[in-house]
Amino acid sequence: MELSELWFLLVAVLFIGFFFLEGFDFGVGMATRFLGRNDFDRRMMINTIGPFWDANEVWLLTGGGAIFAAFPHWYATMFSGYYIPFVFVLLALIGRGVAFEFRGKVHSLKWTRTWDWVILFGSILPPFLFGVLFTSLLRGMPIDETMTLRAGFSDFINLYTVTGGVTVTLLCFLHGLVFLTIRTVGDLRERARHLAERLIFIVLGMLILFVGMSYLETDLFTYRPLVTLPMVGLIVVSYVVSILALRKQKDGLSFVMSGLGIMLTVATIFSALFPRVMVSSLGSTFDLTVYNAASGAYSLKVMTIVAMTLLPFVLGYQIWSYYVFRKRVDGKDMVY
Amino acid sequence: MTELMLARLQFGATTIFHFLFVPLSIGLVFMVALMETFYVVKGQEIYKRMAKFWGHLFLINFAVGVVTGIIQEFQFGMNWSEYSRFVGDVFGAPLAIEALLAFFMESTFIGLWIFGWDRLSKKVHLLCIWLVSLGTVLSALWILAANSFMQEPVGFVMNNGRAEMNDFFALLKNPQLLVEFPHVIFGALATGAFFIGGVSAYKLLRKQEAEFFRRSFNMAMVVAMIAGVGVAFSGHEQAQHLMESQPMKMAASEALWEDSGDPASWNLFSIVDVENQENKFEISIPYALSYLTYEEFSGSVPGMLTLQEQYEEKYGEGNYIPPVKTTFWSFRIMAGAGLIMILAASAALWYSFKEQLMEKRFFLKLMVALISFPFLANTAGWIMTEIGRQPWTVFGLMTTSASVSPNVSVASLLFSFIAFTLAYTALAIVLVYLFVREIKKGTEHQGEKEDRHESIDPFEREAYHTWN
Ligand code: HEM
Ligand code: HEM
Repeated sequence: MELSELWFLLVAVLFIGFFFLEGFDFGVGMATRFLGRNDFDRRMMINTIGPFWDANEVWLLTGGGAIFAAFPHWYATMFSGYYIPFVFVLLALIGRGVAFEFRGKVHSLKWTRTWDWVILFGSILPPFLFGVLFTSLLRGMPIDETMTLRAGFSDFINLYTVTGGVTVTLLCFLHGLVFLTIRTVGDLRERARHLAERLIFIVLGMLILFVGMSYLETDLFTYRPLVTLPMVGLIVVSYVVSILALRKQKDGLSFVMSGLGIMLTVATIFSALFPRVMVSSLGSTFDLTVYNAASGAYSLKVMTIVAMTLLPFVLGYQIWSYYVFRKRVDGKDMVY
Repeated sequence: MTELMLARLQFGATTIFHFLFVPLSIGLVFMVALMETFYVVKGQEIYKRMAKFWGHLFLINFAVGVVTGIIQEFQFGMNWSEYSRFVGDVFGAPLAIEALLAFFMESTFIGLWIFGWDRLSKKVHLLCIWLVSLGTVLSALWILAANSFMQEPVGFVMNNGRAEMNDFFALLKNPQLLVEFPHVIFGALATGAFFIGGVSAYKLLRKQEAEFFRRSFNMAMVVAMIAGVGVAFSGHEQAQHLMESQPMKMAASEALWEDSGDPASWNLFSIVDVENQENKFEISIPYALSYLTYEEFSGSVPGMLTLQEQYEEKYGEGNYIPPVKTTFWSFRIMAGAGLIMILAASAALWYSFKEQLMEKRFFLKLMVALISFPFLANTAGWIMTEIGRQPWTVFGLMTTSASVSPNVSVASLLFSFIAFTLAYTALAIVLVYLFVREIKKGTEHQGEKEDRHESIDPFEREAYHTWN
């Protein structure tokens, strides 16, 4: 395996980790509105992700940094090409980040209300826009011979990409609800499970619709069918097992399965892309690939050594932090 | 307005905004870690209360520092795509390492620290805050390594029209980094220390919790003194290094058009006339510039006009003189603020030692005003560093006008600039409001479990659902 191929894998791993971890943060953020009935509920929910969400977001930052270092052309083309969508992602992440910290600082209804809306939009917009991003990336965008992406509104927003965006958003919402079942107690936990049980059918429906549209709109199934088809099958199996587990009140298993569903979805998109990193709709010669977008061999070697040395520590202390806060949030000593 | 102008405006504005919070975070978390260390070592409850109170302010600031940083991470690709293509090979590496090494560390251990007071042992909890502090310093190190490459490109070869890395360690041994990193860190420590000092002075003026804030004040002033001297010394080193690496920036920051005489005198004040390339009026201190640059009382410093000729020979035709007034005045604001900060810290330590602090009401008021000085100096320092480097983004390799994204329209840029400006203005207002609130509240109510539902309007639909 060439180093640039390894780095594609690493970037994929970072995004898979991001969607698995920040996925439930986004989902919990959505649940504050759709599940929470009062301030106390919302505080409980926010406290379930309190110690984690910032570190989870760093998976995205590291993913961005890794793309910059390993595939400068990918970084340049994607971030400048998707300028306006990223402005919205950034505004949403800015709002959500401070809202967690600020909402409990002043005890007035108006104040908390305002920040709650910020949390809601900050939790819906990013997964939606990332869904749009990845589906349109797979479908192909007008990238010219100078690797410059100049797209119009309908390239970003069309029926297919919106379906992708909604699907990813719902996946995160479900994941967040299931996360709440393993992190909370009592009534809230029951309600989270009930909502998840109902939502999961919509999620499955959306997934099937999305897969169907992908068949029409992209080369998802013709480009690498032997990998893609089994993966899609596994995704469906994951969610079916997740439903069954929820019904049997095996929340832990259900969480693992909904997490697996998300991870496999992201993995499928990345494997369907490989070795391309961005598909050009103007002709496959203009595709950005792991070969023509990559950094030099020396740079990749250095980065490989650094990443392999640091990643075990990062994973180690992150796992430890989840272990320290393994106790369910019961509303007795909450910080936010 | 052109794309280039807007892109620069937006980058400058968002980065300056980010760097208002960064040094305060770095400085405050260090002080908080110090306070918690005193608590663990000496076992006195007051130090725990100190760590909690200042930690509280730190966390509010940290949140804003984090979210403004997220923009920075993606802005290179969004607004400076050609730049990113050109240097990504070299420049991306420190950025990725910063995320992997520093951001993960900061964000994970800050979570453990906030939520871990009752779950972790005292020592492990202390370790967490030190790891956050270490994380902020490492983050500074790596981002400054990236920035230093732009000031003084090292460790690369040109290949297919791109800069490619060929020596990773050269990036870390970059002479520019060796002077820039200590300067920024000392500046950050001074920022935290003057913040704590000023807030404490405010509380002392009102005779609130005198013991608590006197101790905070004294601790802060010791750090302020060390950091103040450190910043001056490292700044002096930077100036000397600048003579070799970017003499044009040096000349611009002195508004020196013609070569200086030997020995060179230092312009304290000039009325700069950019159009006619001369100064209308100067107040200068003999020998000072020679000393500043060579540590000797002799030696001449080349002026901008000479350097312009040299640069043209080397890089081709063009205007290589950066905005002179901006560079000149930002240097004076920074160095002037630094000087005043050292004097203030000395006076503060002297009054504390003589136990006269509480009587010096005017001085305490001054200390409140001085909270702004490190922020001024930090901002001015970066403006000097970045604007003094113009027209280059990467010195000698790539100009700013060649760096900008070709596919981002004026309309997009206007939209993003307005959106970010509005969001940042809102952030700033909320932050200051919260700071003032927390400071006025003081430490008295800390740790009490308040009923948060008191303030909920009973006629709100949701009030019926409140728990219990
Ligand atoms: C946080 C402190 C910093 C501040 C306040 C700051 C400020 C500025 C300002 C005001 C400009 C605009 C110059 C002009 O257009 O006339 C600029 C340019 C630039 N800076 Fe910085 N900078 C900082 C740190 C950095 C760092 C650490 C990097 C690299 C990692 C960096 C990369 C750039 C780039 C790429 C430009 C090009 C855009 C341009 O020249 O306008 N800056 N900076
Ligand atoms: C006391 C006298 C001071 C001197 C002689 C001094 C000198 C310098 C010089 C020469 C530079 C430009 C370096 C370059 O462009 O490569 C610089 C930059 C800077 N200074 Fe100062 N400085 C002083 C005080 C301060 C203070 C008090 C602060 C903040 C509390 C500060 C913060 C900064 C920052 C943030 C930068 C930009 C980053 C960098 O290039 O290091 N400086 N300083």
